[in-house]
This record gives sequence, structure tokens and C-alpha cells, in this order.
Amino acid sequence: MATGPISSPSRSASEKVNAPVYLSTIDRPAKDAARSRRPRRPPAGISANVLALGAVSLLTDVSSEMVTAVLPLYFVLALDMSPAAYGVMDGLYTGATALLRLVGGYVADRTRRRKRVAGVGYAISALAKPALLLAGGSTPALGAVIVADRAGKGLRSAPRDALITLSTPEPMLGRAFGVHRAMDSAGAFAGPLVALGLLGAVGAASPAAFDALFITSFCVACMGLLTLMLFTRDRRERTSPTEPVTARAALGLLGSVRVRRLVYAAALLGLATIGDGFVYLVLMDRQGFSAGWFPLCAVGTNLVYLTLAAPFGALADRWGRKRMLLCGYAALCVGYLLLFGPLSATWTTVLVLGCLGMFYAAADGVLMALAGPVLPASLRTTGLALVQTAQALAYLVSSVAFGLAWVSHGPATATRFAAGAVLAAIAVTAVLLPEPAAEEAHA
Amino acid sequence: MSARIRILIAVVGFVSLVAISLVAIGSAAEPTRRAAHAGTPGAVTLDPGPRLIARSTARDTRDHLVAVAANDPGGPRTVADTSCVRVSAAGGTGICLRLGEGLRTFEAVVLGPDGTEQRALPLVGVPNRARVSPSGRLVTWTVFVTGDSYNGGRFATRVGILDTGSGDLISTLEDWAVSVDNRPYRAEDLNFWGVTFAPDDRYFYATMSTAGHRYLVHGDLSTRSIRTVRENVECPSLSPDGTRLAFKAAVAGDPNRGWRLSVLDLAGGRVTPLAETRSVDDQAAWIDDRTVAYGVRRGGGHADVWQVPADGSGAPSKLIPDADSPATLAGPVDPSSDRPAT
Repeated sequence: MATGPISSPSRSASEKVNAPVYLSTIDRPAKDAARSRRPRRPPAGISANVLALGAVSLLTDVSSEMVTAVLPLYFVLALDMSPAAYGVMDGLYTGATALLRLVGGYVADRTRRRKRVAGVGYAISALAKPALLLAGGSTPALGAVIVADRAGKGLRSAPRDALITLSTPEPMLGRAFGVHRAMDSAGAFAGPLVALGLLGAVGAASPAAFDALFITSFCVACMGLLTLMLFTRDRRERTSPTEPVTARAALGLLGSVRVRRLVYAAALLGLATIGDGFVYLVLMDRQGFSAGWFPLCAVGTNLVYLTLAAPFGALADRWGRKRMLLCGYAALCVGYLLLFGPLSATWTTVLVLGCLGMFYAAADGVLMALAGPVLPASLRTTGLALVQTAQALAYLVSSVAFGLAWVSHGPATATRFAAGAVLAAIAVTAVLLPEPAAEEAHA
Repeated sequence: MSARIRILIAVVGFVSLVAISLVAIGSAAEPTRRAAHAGTPGAVTLDPGPRLIARSTARDTRDHLVAVAANDPGGPRTVADTSCVRVSAAGGTGICLRLGEGLRTFEAVVLGPDGTEQRALPLVGVPNRARVSPSGRLVTWTVFVTGDSYNGGRFATRVGILDTGSGDLISTLEDWAVSVDNRPYRAEDLNFWGVTFAPDDRYFYATMSTAGHRYLVHGDLSTRSIRTVRENVECPSLSPDGTRLAFKAAVAGDPNRGWRLSVLDLAGGRVTPLAETRSVDDQAAWIDDRTVAYGVRRGGGHADVWQVPADGSGAPSKLIPDADSPATLAGPVDPSSDRPAT
């Protein structure tokens, strides 16, 4: 195992554990009391910074998902856009963020202003909402707005996750990410409901209603931005002369065996997931669901995810993050196999959505929690961006590959391929990632 | 900054942002509510006659089905209590695509000759095109089936066809026998939209996309088969005499560069660009054998119905102000009429 300058500085995260609490309203005195009673245990509460970042994500996801949920409606109803034009818009979604994510991560590390880089990302996405209004029916302008929105998302996630790792003692990372992801997906869950409620309050899906919806979305995004500015704190550790943040040092991340293994594991995770859309399509195909249920499938998955993210994260800390990740894979594999399994339609749907939600709860935040300690604090944002990019690009590949397999072999065989790919991912991940014992040695 | 000041700023900021949202929602709700109660039941009938129907985009009657006299289309309009996002009518039958309860689902509503609702079917997706066969027996619609961020950004369109006589419903064309350039063709990425019926209630034209190509297709309801006719013809609309198709042609074959309203002569295969030079993203409607009508947006959710000669001559002119989704109720061409034979 490599123990160069790459892995040793990871301890710096836990050294800052006992930093002052910033959001006094959230951290209840009861927790402080509990903490003082057991002074040798790590603090029971999640750092105020993580809760504040969670609140920012929640608000931002409400804002963006309420727009995403009605965007097709808006394009077709209010703008009278044709299918072909809409297809062009869709193509813009993918691949808009990978490079920007890496550059943003590097800039955040280089300037050590992670909060500011994340803030720029949140601000860009917030401004995209009124820009949607101004873009009117112009396809290029709408495309530009959507790309900007995605770019903002790409820019902010790595610095935000880096801030979470830097605000949390290493033994509690899983729990911190779990809580953050639960808040994040709660926002994604609530967004479409807010949009529906708003359209219902206005009484029609008229152009005026969409205007009101975009303005509201902008206001909610501003609340998120305000929360970020007021209640989160950047972690500006002193620059260490021995680890200057240079492009070379950033590239040097890939020279570390541990980081490379992490990137491989992230790519495997991306490769093993075929895209929820496909899963929902299979469910609908098999059961003769009408496509109107499509968004509800996502709601079901999200509900499981947001319920389990925090407990699974905490469990991962205690039980081993790698083990949790592997269990997540197992749930995914079972879910894929159930798609064409022997169960009745209702049970298949319930269990498959449950498995998907469990997989996300056990994998998404947990991978970041695994990654955090491996990356040096000075390059953590870059490193996390690298891991996230690997996962995103691999996911793109697997979606295309699965689409091809679906066409050539049919959905039943294709999902069994996918289940096989997950099994392979389990085996390789088990070998690739360090043993839980090595993790616990840190604690 | 002390914690107290931060909390104060947050409270003031949140309260003002909530207030802005509520004002925006309230000011949108007021005119919407007023428009919802416009119209008179039974005011618009669909029996054949020299009238045009359309969907109002005017502030006070937004979304309502309206009718105007064919010889005075800019004049007074009668307003039905029916609200739609898209309408069409022919042969005494109307189709109205509208938002259902809860604003999440859409429904296709079949209207009878007296303009009353005969039947409502739930739609899956966002409706986009609607047509009625000249006899009034078949109705069709196109919906976008597209989810959200979860489906990887893919989009699909789906065509539905309902036989109002037998009640038979065709909910997709994707499982029909498709041939491209006269060779059997199978693909998962088939998308159909913009159906237009022949007077015989058996054949139809539509648009099909697959593998990056957009084809004009000819469909046969009796054999459930579809064959491609040519490329770059979208949203076709068959002329009353059945000899020509009005359609939107992607400029230079690229939908990003806009659309040119054109007419295809089915016998000779000749394409004539019409005098309308604005980009028209609509399925045109023939109001007689020489003229097509279509909606043109003008911002703020308003649109006007325009007309242009179908032979490429002349210039576009405004037909029905503040409306879209036009259709004529003037019935099939009567051979005994005094119109010069073509």
C-alpha cells in the first residue's frame, strides 16, 4: 500500500473535529451533554457545517427538481416545441459537466476556497431559473441555460463533498455523508410535489403559471445560496510548503495506488449501474404499466434512498464502509435479477424499487466517505472530482452498452448481463479496496 | 458576523423570498381563475358548416375552444366552456387534449356534433398534436412520453388512434410492422408523431424517427403496417382532395435551423416551399383545397392563426387573432360545388 505524501495528510480532517459549532440553533444542548458524558467517543452529533450543507442541498434540489419535473411540460405546452427540438435539448444534458467538475475541483484546492467555488456553482444554477424565463422559446438560448444549470451542478458537488470530509472526523464520515445525502434526496423528493402544488394553486399549466414557477424556483435557490453564505464555513487550512497545490500535484494523485484503486472502484460503480430509467422501463413493459407511472417509480426509489441513507451511513462507519458498499451491490444485483424473476407484478415493483433505493443508500455517500480519508486534504476536492467524474463517465458508457444489449438481446438477457456485471464489480471491488481492518486502524 | 446577525439576515432573506414567490403565484392565479370560468356550454357546435374552430390564447378566454365564421374569422367568436391545450375537429367530431384533474395527467376528450363530451381517455405524457379523420370516425393524438432527470434525458413520442365508432383504441404504433425503404425494419428507438388521415378511414400519414432519421410514413390501419415514403417531412397534413401533404421541412435538413412550411405533391413527389418564411413548428390545417392555416407564437403565451396559399404563391396573412390549433368545420369538398376542378 502506498503511504507517501498522498495518504498521510488525511488525518488533518479529524484534527479539526472539535472546531466550534457554527449553527447554534441546530446543535441542541442535549447533544452537547451527551457528548460530555462520554468524552472518549467521537461526538454523537453531525457537525453543524454538514447539516448546513445538507440544508443548502435540500433547498437547491427542491429548486432544481421542481423545474426539472415540469420542463417537458413547459417545452411542449408553453413553448409548443416539437419532438425533434426537444431531442436536441436532451443531448445537451450529457457530458456538459465532466471537465468542468475537474477544473472546479482543482481551482477550489488551489485557492483553498472550496466554499466560494461551490457558491459559484450554486449561484449559476440559481440564475439559470430566471434565465429560463428570458430565453423564451429560443432553442439555442434554452440549451445554453440548461448547460449552465448542469455546469453549476458539476462545479459545486466536489467542493461540497470536500467540505463535508473536512468538517467531519474520519470515523464518522459515513454517517455525515448519509445525513447529507438524506437531506439532498429529501429535496429531490419534495421538488416535484412543490411544482405540482404550485401549478394546482395557480389553477392551470398556463404560461403565467410557468413564469411563477420559475420565479419561485429561483427564490428557493436563493434561500439555498443564503444558507451557504451564512451558515457554512470554509476550511482554510494553512498551506503546507511540502504539498503545494499545483497541476503536477493534482496529476500526481493518479500516481498513488490507493487513489487509482478508488477511481477504479468508482468507475466500476458507474459501470455496474445501468440507469434507473431502463429499470423503470422494464417494470412498465413487464407489467403493462402506463408510462405515467414512470416518475412515480423514481419517487419510490428516492423514498427508500432518503430513509436509509443516514442509517446506512452510520452502519458503514461501525461495520466497515467497504462491506456496506458490497452489500449495496448485492442489493442492486438482486434488484436486476428480480426484474425477470418469478414474483408477481406488485411484489416485483416494490422489491426492485426497494433494492435500488438500498443500493443508492449503501453506495453513493459511502463511496465518498471511503474516498475522503485516502485523499490528502490539500487536494481533496480535486480527488473527489476525479472519483465523481470516473463514476459519471463510466455510467455513460454502461447506459449506452446496456441500450445496445437491450436492442440486440432483449431486455431479459440484458438485465441478466447487468446482474452479472454487478457480480463482477463485487468481486473486483472486494479485491481492489483496502480491507476494513486497514480503515479501522485509523480510528 | 455574530450568530445572531446571521440568523437575522437569514430570517429577513427567507421571508422576503417567500413573499416574492407568493406574489408571483398570486398574480399568475388571478387571470387564470378568471379565464377558467369563461365560455358557455354548448356555444360551439361541431356539425359541418362554414365555420372555423381554434383554441383561444386571449387572456380572458385562454385555452377555451372558440368558433368563428369562415367569412369573418377576425370577427366575433363564440366561446365554449371546454378548455384544451390542443383541439381539432372534422366530420362532426372534435378532439380536445387537456390537462386532467391534478394537472399531472392529460386526457383526450372526444366531442360530439353538439360540442359535448362523449368520451375521455387518459393520456400518458404531454399532448402535442391532434387530428380527426374527414369522416369524423377516427381521432388521433401525439404525446411526449418523457420523464424527468431520471430517465437519462431520453424522449419519446407516442401516437394514439381511437375509432369512435367501434371504440377500438390503438395506443402505440411501435409494435406495427415497419418497413424502411421497402425492407422490414426493427428498432427500439421508433418514435411516431403527427398523424393525418385519408378520407377512407384506412390509410394515414405520419412522421417516424429512428436512428437519427425523420421519415414521412404511410400507415395502413387494416394490416397494421407502416412504410417509409421519404425523409425530412414532419407533421404532415393531407389536403381535402388527398393529393398533397402540407408539412414542416427542417431548414437544410437540420431541425436546429428552424422549419419551412412546405407542400408535397404526392403524385409527382415535388416539394413546394410556401410563402411563409417564419419558422412554423405546427401541424398545418387545410381550410380549403388551396389554403393552409397554422399557429404562430408571438410571446407571452399568445399566438395567432395565419394562413398562406398552398401553391407557394402570395403571402401569409392573419386569419384568427389570438388563437392557435385551427381547424375547419367546412366538411369534405363537394364535387358539385362551383369551385374550378383541379
